[in-house]
Amino acid sequence: MHTQIFRNFPANDRSNLIAILQDIQEIYGYLPEQALQDTADYLGMALSGVYGVATFYNQFRLTPLGENVIRVCRGTACHVKESANILRALECELGIKVGETTRDKKFTLESVACIGACSIAPVININNEYFGRLKTKDIPRILNVLRKEKAVKEQENIQSSVST
Amino acid sequence: MNSFKEFIFDSKNTPIEKKYEQIFNACAEDSKSLSDDSGNDLYELIKKLRYLTIDKPVIFIGMGTCGLASGAGKIKAAIEIELVKKEIDAKIIPTGCIGFCAKEVIVDIKLPGQNRISYCEVTEKDIPELIKTTLIEKKIYLPKLLATYGPSDNVLTNINEIDFFKKQKKIVLENCGIINPESLDEYIATGGFSGLHKILKKKSREEVVNDILKSGLRGRGGGGFPTGKKWQLASEQNSEIKYIICNADEGDPGAFMDRSILESDPYKLIEGIIIAAYAISASFGYIYCRAEYPLAIKRIQNSIDKCMEYGLLGSNILSSNFNFHLKIKKGAGAFVCGEETALIASIEGKRGMPKPRPPYPSISGLWGKPTVINNVETLANVPGIIKKGSEWFSNIGTNNSKGTKVFAISGKVKYSGLAEVPMGITLREVVFDIGGGIPNDKEFKALQIGGPSGGCLPDKVMDTPVDYDSLKSIGAMMGSGGFVVMDEDTCIVDVAKYFLSFIKNESCGKCVPCREGTTRMLEIIERIPTVYDSKPTANPLDQLQRFKGIIHLNRLANVIKDTSLCGLGQSAPNPVLSGLRYFKDEYEEHLYERKCRAAVCKDLLTFTIDQSICNGCGACVRKCASEAIIGEKKLPHKILQDRCVKCGICVETCRFDAIQIN
Repeated sequence: MHTQIFRNFPANDRSNLIAILQDIQEIYGYLPEQALQDTADYLGMALSGVYGVATFYNQFRLTPLGENVIRVCRGTACHVKESANILRALECELGIKVGETTRDKKFTLESVACIGACSIAPVININNEYFGRLKTKDIPRILNVLRKEKAVKEQENIQSSVST
Repeated sequence: MNSFKEFIFDSKNTPIEKKYEQIFNACAEDSKSLSDDSGNDLYELIKKLRYLTIDKPVIFIGMGTCGLASGAGKIKAAIEIELVKKEIDAKIIPTGCIGFCAKEVIVDIKLPGQNRISYCEVTEKDIPELIKTTLIEKKIYLPKLLATYGPSDNVLTNINEIDFFKKQKKIVLENCGIINPESLDEYIATGGFSGLHKILKKKSREEVVNDILKSGLRGRGGGGFPTGKKWQLASEQNSEIKYIICNADEGDPGAFMDRSILESDPYKLIEGIIIAAYAISASFGYIYCRAEYPLAIKRIQNSIDKCMEYGLLGSNILSSNFNFHLKIKKGAGAFVCGEETALIASIEGKRGMPKPRPPYPSISGLWGKPTVINNVETLANVPGIIKKGSEWFSNIGTNNSKGTKVFAISGKVKYSGLAEVPMGITLREVVFDIGGGIPNDKEFKALQIGGPSGGCLPDKVMDTPVDYDSLKSIGAMMGSGGFVVMDEDTCIVDVAKYFLSFIKNESCGKCVPCREGTTRMLEIIERIPTVYDSKPTANPLDQLQRFKGIIHLNRLANVIKDTSLCGLGQSAPNPVLSGLRYFKDEYEEHLYERKCRAAVCKDLLTFTIDQSICNGCGACVRKCASEAIIGEKKLPHKILQDRCVKCGICVETCRFDAIQIN
């Protein structure tokens, strides 16, 4: 699948390395080993060079993500407004540490440096939707909504596959 | 005629240069002379684009990231449904952020022939009533009224007269939250791109560089290097290919003005970039934007495409034989890439690590070619300077710091948001007059300014004027302009720990002082609030280490400052140094009295139950994971100190505030 991405970029030009990796991650949610190897071959670089770039930047991941990605902002304004407690509440509720994915692959918990929404601190970002001015007690409710949405969707999927 | 594009590319035989000239001449007219001369097609279009003549009500919704996070998307949907339900014909315009983030969602309504009126903190529940009152009854919806864009009267206040905006002077943010950031026509109609048109027709490259030099504009990204000097150096280089890079990798936690400019007024930035490119005769440019700002990237891409269509980017810009191509490069989340040389490495597809300077990027930058790197806010200042002249700009501000600066006010403050103020205003005015002071009657403790490279400032230096040099003299720096306000509930040691762990994580690892030094410093700071004797793994030397570390802290900080390769390392010790300078008593209290007055450092706290308040409901007993709370039902409970892990869950659970923290 990722080989199609290469068409948009000239071969043997490493300046596009980061853009290619970003596009690959867009497809898979992470960077599979094979894709890194293919990228290295296409750009005429050593695999170690690609790996070096992929591990330098915070955006890139070498392991798959869960269905829901929760990003907790750990910027200064959020820190002052006790985002550490929000993070702890999420860790307790999900039973995982930051940077991990739940065993059922439903949730991934990450922390980010600052998502630039300091005025509504503390902020978390779930699947690219922002939740601002949070309190620890909001966390179970938000997670329950997510779990329910997923359950409804799965139910619909099962029904539609049965009917077809 | 619905857009300038139709006018430019119509079938008439007028040369395209003349058409551009007509457009920019007409857009320079003020609103009054436009209405005097009716019948002119171009004038009618401009009036429409400035919303001077509208045939149906217009509803503006603030839809920047902060607005969206507060629910602007749902509000827009609710308004659309309500309009259909009530069968009202109105136009909805999504705008950017006006900067008053604390009051989001902001909805403005303009009826034909009336002034635009702003409503704040609008929720979904308000929508039916708001639409009914304003659009059907044609009255003002008082419960959520913010201000008017027209003159004040006994009900309405002009938007620039309310406390948050009164002391502001908007140059960079003048269009933010007012115009539609997706519409190039609206930007042109408010006088946009006329600066570019002027220099392409009338000014040589040297004159443009001189204008910027004379204006006294300094880099807004942190360092404060004179922008004109940077341009001059690059323009003097003899090279066929030169680059201009706009640094939109706003990594400083606590700063979000660049995001707001990118989202709310992207064309102003692009105009600034093109002017800079002309001045140094660059033919390629990059906007290096953080991937964490998806909306900003979308808006910028849209703006670049539109500018290409209008002949404002690409080959033969405004038919002047000047060629310039602009591209977005998405950052991949590395704080160090805000540093010029690291940013260049990142664009080249390498690990974002800085290089020693000189050679400066202005001489040898991207792919070894002369490159000018400017911050978003710096470039957004350029169109104004070109349009109104360097003298106008240098009259604002102080002796060495000209113009305005946008500050992002956040933290424990009543009105968080963006404030653009003239240089020379005092810190106190920004925090207390514009920001509204501390909420909940708490006491002000410190102002953290300049992100991880800045410092924490106490109340006694709050009357310092805001400019590059004054801030340096009190041990802080302008940085990118994040103002994080802290009240009595914030612990200075904890803040220092937070910044050091941030810097430690973001250090690229190239030079030893930064990589090892910040790690050591973090270890020393982490030892301060840690209690060792209660832990089974306690080493008798741990407590000794704590004091030993403190003795070395100052020296270590200075070594890191003096010997690090780039700005990240050189400024990394600032939060600790400013803390030691202004809040020494708090550090000493942690060390000698083993006390945290802000009740943040968990290890130093003891939790007890007030026997006179506790009624024995048992809610805390059920929540306590370490079974540290005991007591009979309906009788006051107690906490067993040797079992308590100080998680604080009992405090959150107790509905009677019976649990005390000492």
